[in-house]
Amino acid sequence: MIIRILTEGQYDVADHALDRLNELDATLEAAVEAGDEASFATALAALLDGVRTAGVAHPADSLDESDLILPPSDATIEQVREMLNDDGLIPG
Amino acid sequence: MSLMKRISLIFRSKANKALDRAEDPRETLDYSYQRQLDLLSKVRRGVADVATSRKRVELQVTQLEQSAAKLQGQAEKSLQMNREDLAREALTRKSALATQIADLKTQHAQLLGEEEKLTLAQQRLQAKVESFRTRKETIKATYTAAEAQTRINEAMSGIGEEMGDVGLAIQRAEDKTAQMQARAGAIDELIASGALDDASAINSGDDITRELESMSSQADVEAELARLKGLSAPEQPEAIEAAPDPGEILAGEPEKQETVSDSGKDGQS
Repeated sequence: MIIRILTEGQYDVADHALDRLNELDATLEAAVEAGDEASFATALAALLDGVRTAGVAHPADSLDESDLILPPSDATIEQVREMLNDDGLIPG
Repeated sequence: MSLMKRISLIFRSKANKALDRAEDPRETLDYSYQRQLDLLSKVRRGVADVATSRKRVELQVTQLEQSAAKLQGQAEKSLQMNREDLAREALTRKSALATQIADLKTQHAQLLGEEEKLTLAQQRLQAKVESFRTRKETIKATYTAAEAQTRINEAMSGIGEEMGDVGLAIQRAEDKTAQMQARAGAIDELIASGALDDASAINSGDDITRELESMSSQADVEAELARLKGLSAPEQPEAIEAAPDPGEILAGEPEKQETVSDSGKDGQS
């Protein structure tokens, strides 16, 4: 599956790595919900590192859409919330 | 739904909305290609802007490091003259500069990171735009409405996502560069106003520097005198006083001192 880390590029990640990434994703989500900036930074770094380690760079000249898109490595909780709020998926 | 999936859906839908869609699919391809070329030149400008800011910070670091080195020299000189108070003052100012330098170096590293990121984004976009151009011509050549539409959608979504991403990278680099520039501007003003380098500038209006300067000149004079009298150092005033007359004569004619003193020594030996 193709995962994009925003401002960084696309990675091909094998399906068997997804369980681990989903765990990291859940941790990240909890940190965003709790508004805990410190654990957010740790969780985001862990998730992105997980993708970089498990994945290989997807060819630059392909026009393939990503299956998953992740925030940039220097994103703040605020910026991630903005990315989520834009479309009104999270009410209020 | 997981955080990753929510972000993916939202980002993709925004990227797709941002792309122009024309009535005629072939026009859609051309519009999109034009937008890609525009974005490509924008990202190139972005790389150049970040590089300019980085060089400016480098220049400032060099300036501040020179000031710090001067202060270090002044501190050493002050100690040689047993003026610990002056040495302390010089070192205090040097330590203030060190904080600024460390800050600037952090920012320099960040700018370098942005520059590398943008350069890579530029390369990725370049490759995708090239690939899109080829695909576009193929689609146009084999045009039958339904099939073409599917293939266009495929090509468009991939490039749309990349464009959205590159756009984001440019925006973030711009934000960071703007912050750096504001800060770099403030430091330039400080340097220009003399607030930072006054402490180390020669003949500045600063009392301590002037005192250090005048003491340095005195020490230099003493050292020169001692040398003229054929002695090694000013720390031995008795020896200087004990030296024979040639010292005074030599002081009047500095050009000839070496010859005279040599011949004097020769005469004595």
